[in-house]
Amino acid sequence: MAMSAKSSELTRARVRSAWLFLSPMLVVLALVAGWPLVRTIYFSFTDATLSNLSDYDFIGFANFIEYYEGEWYGVIVDPDWWRAVYNTIWFTVVSVGLELILGMIVALTLNAAFPGRGMLRAAILIPWAIPTIVSAQMWGWMLHDQFGVLNAILMGIGIISQPVAWTASPDTALWAVVMVDVWKTTPFMALLILAALQMLPSDCYEAARVDGINPIKVFFKVTLPLIRPALMVAIIFRALDALRIFDLIYVLTSNSRDTASMSVYARQQLVDFQQVGYGSAASTLLFLIIALLIIVTLMVGRVRLGEDPR
Amino acid sequence: MNFRTLIGASALALTTALAAGGAQAQGVSVSISCGALGQELDICREGAEAWAEQTGNSVTVVSTPNSSTERLALYQQLLAAGAADIDVFQIDVIWPGILGEHFIDLAEHMDGQQDEHFPAIVENNTIDGRLVAMPWFTDAGLLYYRSDLLEKHGFEAPTTWQEMTDTARAVMEAERAEGNDQLWGYVFQGRAYEGLTCNALEWIDAHNGGSVVNPEGEVTVNNPQAIEALALAGTWIGDISPEGVLNYAEEEARGVFQSGNAVFMRNWPYVWALANAPDSPISGNVGVVALPKGGEEGKNTGTLGGWQLAVSRYSANPEVAADLVRYLTSYEEQKRRAIVGAYNPTIAGLYEDPEVLEAVPFFGDLYDTFVNAVARPSRPTGESYNRVSAEFWEASHNVLTGAATAEQALADLESSLNRMSRRGW
Repeated sequence: MAMSAKSSELTRARVRSAWLFLSPMLVVLALVAGWPLVRTIYFSFTDATLSNLSDYDFIGFANFIEYYEGEWYGVIVDPDWWRAVYNTIWFTVVSVGLELILGMIVALTLNAAFPGRGMLRAAILIPWAIPTIVSAQMWGWMLHDQFGVLNAILMGIGIISQPVAWTASPDTALWAVVMVDVWKTTPFMALLILAALQMLPSDCYEAARVDGINPIKVFFKVTLPLIRPALMVAIIFRALDALRIFDLIYVLTSNSRDTASMSVYARQQLVDFQQVGYGSAASTLLFLIIALLIIVTLMVGRVRLGEDPR
Repeated sequence: MNFRTLIGASALALTTALAAGGAQAQGVSVSISCGALGQELDICREGAEAWAEQTGNSVTVVSTPNSSTERLALYQQLLAAGAADIDVFQIDVIWPGILGEHFIDLAEHMDGQQDEHFPAIVENNTIDGRLVAMPWFTDAGLLYYRSDLLEKHGFEAPTTWQEMTDTARAVMEAERAEGNDQLWGYVFQGRAYEGLTCNALEWIDAHNGGSVVNPEGEVTVNNPQAIEALALAGTWIGDISPEGVLNYAEEEARGVFQSGNAVFMRNWPYVWALANAPDSPISGNVGVVALPKGGEEGKNTGTLGGWQLAVSRYSANPEVAADLVRYLTSYEEQKRRAIVGAYNPTIAGLYEDPEVLEAVPFFGDLYDTFVNAVARPSRPTGESYNRVSAEFWEASHNVLTGAATAEQALADLESSLNRMSRRGW
């Protein structure tokens, strides 16, 4: 009994010092993440405007949904909002899916030992290292229909006969955004997967080689199950990022409703239209939608973030 | 990473920044935000520096986004936060109502100079009896054309939009047959932003279709003339205009026109000086006329643009800043800007000044266009103007992309504007 009392004393001391060390971070988090979030939710129940932020009234759920003279109003019944939700989810699924596949290929390639591997690993990180706003503007010029280099190349090798208006045409605009995002974040995905690959025990592979098993089968039966926890973490990171995409879409296609994401919609209401209350309601919904999607992903993927990937 | 080094480095950077800030204490330092379309920023800087030299103050020129939609967003964030970073703001003709309460009353600082300017603009800039901004330059949409190409194929500058469409197609097809296959007929501002509102308002007003919301605040946009105007514009994409025009703002359109790849272009007066500059590939081959009429019954029109200078309430030195505004909007400075950059003065007398007319001959011919330009409905709609404009440019954009017919788009626009104004604007 004495032993156990002593150990729980020790545990308590450890817990105390853990909290002590954590407290600065918790305070900072509460200030930079908690407070703005609470304030946004608070504003979503008011009719505040940007021109005068100190004077507003509470209007309940009217920003979300309101019945007025026989018609429904509010974010929840705004078709543009649901268009933005659809755009965002479509973008997330397609871009994260492509990044996963390409990132996996890059990671498997870089996992092999060959001369100059260190250099190459550093080089593939360049797109990830460029600030998004810079790469988006750069791609904006490269995708320009009249003097963009992409059209010049494609026409030069005869794939297209007329310049394509990548960011202007509603058919290609969202694909153009996806392409730039894939270009930019595949290195990040590749790096996370590569880190997981490097942790793998080599004995499974030796056993597989001794048994003469087809490398493709090895990949699906051995590699994939082993790196699945790390993969899920990478997917959740990227999905979180992609669901709140703003800068890339805004720079490439401005406020166009064909490509607007949830963040673009919320910003337009908040800043361009000065409706802080309505925009905050959209931001609150954005937060709820992302939270919901992440919870679903975690449950479906049976990922326990608290557990070390093994 | 050695954190001690990092902290040391940031501390050093901070001290240097503070020292630099302290060194400017001599005279007063004022900052001004200027647009950067074409050579706008340089001309603004020259003017501001001339004032600084005269008065012994110093001036910082801040460049702002080219898209007016984004520029307004930036201003709103700065002003809503009460930031003193910018003293003098260059604001659009439609913004006094939106931003007015953040600016000081300039009337007492101008020595009556405001009376020399066009009364309509001064009235536009007066909110609740306060002169919140001084007119700096005015703007109206114009039709630029390639005089060499029109002459070669035997065409005159068009007087109606239909004629413009036919001429553009004929010249484009003839030139392409001769191997000039980069050439397009017409470029304009088709991106979903404020510029498209200006363009579309011109099409509709040229057909006598009104100005979306009338001065009494009633939504008037769903009418046969407006439908006719938008339907014609909808036929341009892929025919005489490249599909990319759907994402063009002013500078993208100028890029195509000035590199010789368009017969016609709709743009603001600032393009004149740039298109005729010695390094321009089309220098000397550019003509400019008022925008065409919408059919024989229609009228020549242009959307009223133009920029004003306002002084922030949060400025540390509002009086010095107001003096900079007084200098920049004066007769002499507006004359210099007209000659160097073809910026339209807001002082009537300058349109008869021989030196100005020699540099920019069309100022005399198009005087009526500038004075009678059609105003966007920013007065009746007040703080909601941005939402009205966004709905309007979206509807126009949908017609251009072919996502909706003109009838459909305008009917939808009418109902959404009526929804928006359900409790008054």
